[in-house]
Amino acid sequence: MHRVLDLRFPADACELRAVRKAVEQQVLEAGAGQDCARDVVMAVDEACQNVIRHAYAGATGEIVLQIDHRPDVGELVFSLIDFAPRVDPASIRPRDLDEVRPGGIGTHLIREAMDTVEYVEPPPGCGNLLRMTKRIA
Amino acid sequence: MVSLSGDIDLQQSPKAREVLLAAVGQGDPVVVDLSGVDYIDSSGVASLVEAFQLAKRGGVAFSLAAVHPSALRVLQLARLDRVFTIHEQVADGL
Repeated sequence: MHRVLDLRFPADACELRAVRKAVEQQVLEAGAGQDCARDVVMAVDEACQNVIRHAYAGATGEIVLQIDHRPDVGELVFSLIDFAPRVDPASIRPRDLDEVRPGGIGTHLIREAMDTVEYVEPPPGCGNLLRMTKRIA
Repeated sequence: MVSLSGDIDLQQSPKAREVLLAAVGQGDPVVVDLSGVDYIDSSGVASLVEAFQLAKRGGVAFSLAAVHPSALRVLQLARLDRVFTIHEQVADGL
């Protein structure tokens, strides 16, 4: 397994365009197809938004995004770390999409795009760690 | 007709929301030209849904047109491709 991306950036909406570009580039270089890369970029973007909107909830802070490539199993592992207060994973479940209303679809999009999505115990000194995996081969 | 362009993401969606709601508020049928939008996130989709619902309440026709495949993918994942009227080309909606 080797790390293909290690980014630390302010938890701010204006950062997300550059983050999407960096993720797309690394995912494509790792061998993912265009459709896969598009889905992964969307999922990472939505996950960053969740951190900005819900974990930091208007407060300033930073996000660490790491991407590890496991070529032996053709998998990318995404780790999204924040330094916000601990979030209850149960509070960010996807909602029922049959109800048409604005908002609340980000978590659903993440789960659709990625193979696995789970909150794991964060390293000491960190707030939350969201780990997502995606098979690219 | 309303034309949106660029990435409709968390930074840009408040502006898009304002434009969409203002267009619906005028009371004429609204066709949203998305040909210049190749990325839309959940906040952008939320703006479209809010405008769609406002239009519905006011009896205003509201449709999307020329939706880029990546934006269409998001609408499909959110199961909104069955909710919005989507025209292949802008001219089809006018």
